[in-house]
Amino acid sequence: MESSHRRGAMRGYLYVLPALAVYVVFAVLPALHTAYLSLFDWDGVTLGSWVGLDNYREVFRNPVLLRSLVNALALVVFFSFVPILTGLLTTALLSRYRRPGMGVYRLLFMLPQIVPLVAVGVTWRWLYGDDGLVNEALRAVGLDGITRAWLGDFDTALIAVGLVGTWVLSGLCTMLFLSGVHKVDPSLYEAARLDGAGPVREFVSVTLPQLRGELAIALTVTMVAALASFDIVYVTTNGGPGEQTTVPGLLVYRLAFSDGDVGLASALGVVLSCLILGLVYVVNRLSRSET
Amino acid sequence: MKAVNDLKATTDVTTGAVESVTTGVTTKTTVNRASRAERWSGYALLTVMAIAVVVPFLSVFLASLRPAGEPVTGLAWPVEWNLANYRRAWTVAGFSDLIRSSLVVALGVVPASLVLATLAGYALGTMRLPGGNAVAAFFIAGLTIPVELIVVPLYFDLRAVGLTNTYLGVILVEIALFMPFSVFWMRTHFRATPPSLVEAARIDGASSGTILLRVLLPLARPSLMTLGVLVFMWSWNQFLLVLVLIQDATLRTAPAGLGFFVGQNNTDVPTLAAGTVIVMLPIMIVYLLFQRSFVTGLLQGAMKG
Repeated sequence: MESSHRRGAMRGYLYVLPALAVYVVFAVLPALHTAYLSLFDWDGVTLGSWVGLDNYREVFRNPVLLRSLVNALALVVFFSFVPILTGLLTTALLSRYRRPGMGVYRLLFMLPQIVPLVAVGVTWRWLYGDDGLVNEALRAVGLDGITRAWLGDFDTALIAVGLVGTWVLSGLCTMLFLSGVHKVDPSLYEAARLDGAGPVREFVSVTLPQLRGELAIALTVTMVAALASFDIVYVTTNGGPGEQTTVPGLLVYRLAFSDGDVGLASALGVVLSCLILGLVYVVNRLSRSET
Repeated sequence: MKAVNDLKATTDVTTGAVESVTTGVTTKTTVNRASRAERWSGYALLTVMAIAVVVPFLSVFLASLRPAGEPVTGLAWPVEWNLANYRRAWTVAGFSDLIRSSLVVALGVVPASLVLATLAGYALGTMRLPGGNAVAAFFIAGLTIPVELIVVPLYFDLRAVGLTNTYLGVILVEIALFMPFSVFWMRTHFRATPPSLVEAARIDGASSGTILLRVLLPLARPSLMTLGVLVFMWSWNQFLLVLVLIQDATLRTAPAGLGFFVGQNNTDVPTLAAGTVIVMLPIMIVYLLFQRSFVTGLLQGAMKG
């Protein structure tokens, strides 16, 4: 009996094995290999030398690397906070009603989410250009004074890149919240209304608490998109002007494959991943502890 | 009133979407005049957002119809529908190669991901394996792994075994990269199937393989379809990985090729725009065909992830 049980378990693991093998060999081991490489000074060609935690010290001391981490955090504002606020506002305005015609909006709102970010970046790079649509629109309303090459300007480049993220992620957040509100028991609204709650009060005390799960998810997805961003930045500014829009992903690529500093690139990759894991953990902890 | 609400609540739970016949009734009874403005401002905001989504796509499409080499400004309706840019992008600029590479990679990644995830999800979701929860947690731990964490050693390791500059190398890594979500998704699906189904088949003497093939798989079609379109999308859009693992221009996938093309030709806007449309079109078509799966996948997938 005991042995047949064990044989059943062994057979069960045969089903798991192929997936586990591919996952371990091509994702988990490379991740561990990165951690290992981060302890060496290696140019990718000659023999590397052990430097302990020096690369990590360098990540937090080198102004360019530090700048990239700060930029990534700044992008969180545009990739996470703005889309989530947009989504909440739309949801607040629509939460109390059945919403005919949502199908078309849903179809459109998901669109930026499904096309390659490289294509999105190429499109915006052109929209932001000297004669691009953004400047055309500003000229059309008489704001000639503020037109500029948005991605090439030291003051506006990071904001311009961030707004591309806002454009990509606002629709997803809106749809997430609207579909979450859909599941709220209508009698809760009924009760709130009988108690004389206005729209604002109703949103804060009925809708918002019910959306806690969706909020946590929206935050997680968008923060990962911001911190691990690469595609959009690579094609719009490639980090410039100066280091105004440099992000960690860009530096990992550049350090490892152009500058021949594989150890430092690996250390930055590890720091970035820890930052992502840490934030995701905090968000999930907060969303759970309050229930 | 209460009956209507209850009915509505149940339809919402069961269909999980879209409006039903009862909606007209509730709207009439609950909406008061004062909040009509609120509703219209909601729709107005939605419409503004919809326009903001459409305009960039529209402008890139219109630019792709302009005569090549001409500077393009703003939004301009084309004088004539000129497809020459598409022809040039497809042949001279090599976008046909890019699309072919992308299709090869996606067609390698999607079936393999579905098969591996189904097998693993089945075992982890329906069998009581010793340590099964730990294995599931091990997969889930990989959900937020960014490509940046694995791409550097992958280049050196895969080069050592001759897998850089090959479709196979990219395919294997992408399968691994999407595996946490795939396994998680299928495990969630199989856990939700009634245990009595499996139990009954087992009493009839069916082996675990037969149960999966004959009993569970036919029921798993919607979940598999959703997973399939998501994996296809992630594979089609993957950029950094391909940029690093493939240097040979003829083997690059569509986004990687577009990224390179942009670096070299930033003055010929019409051809670039045509190339951008070519890269976006296949995934847009898949999106239109499998809309439902996409929306469930993106919303629920995010929910469960």
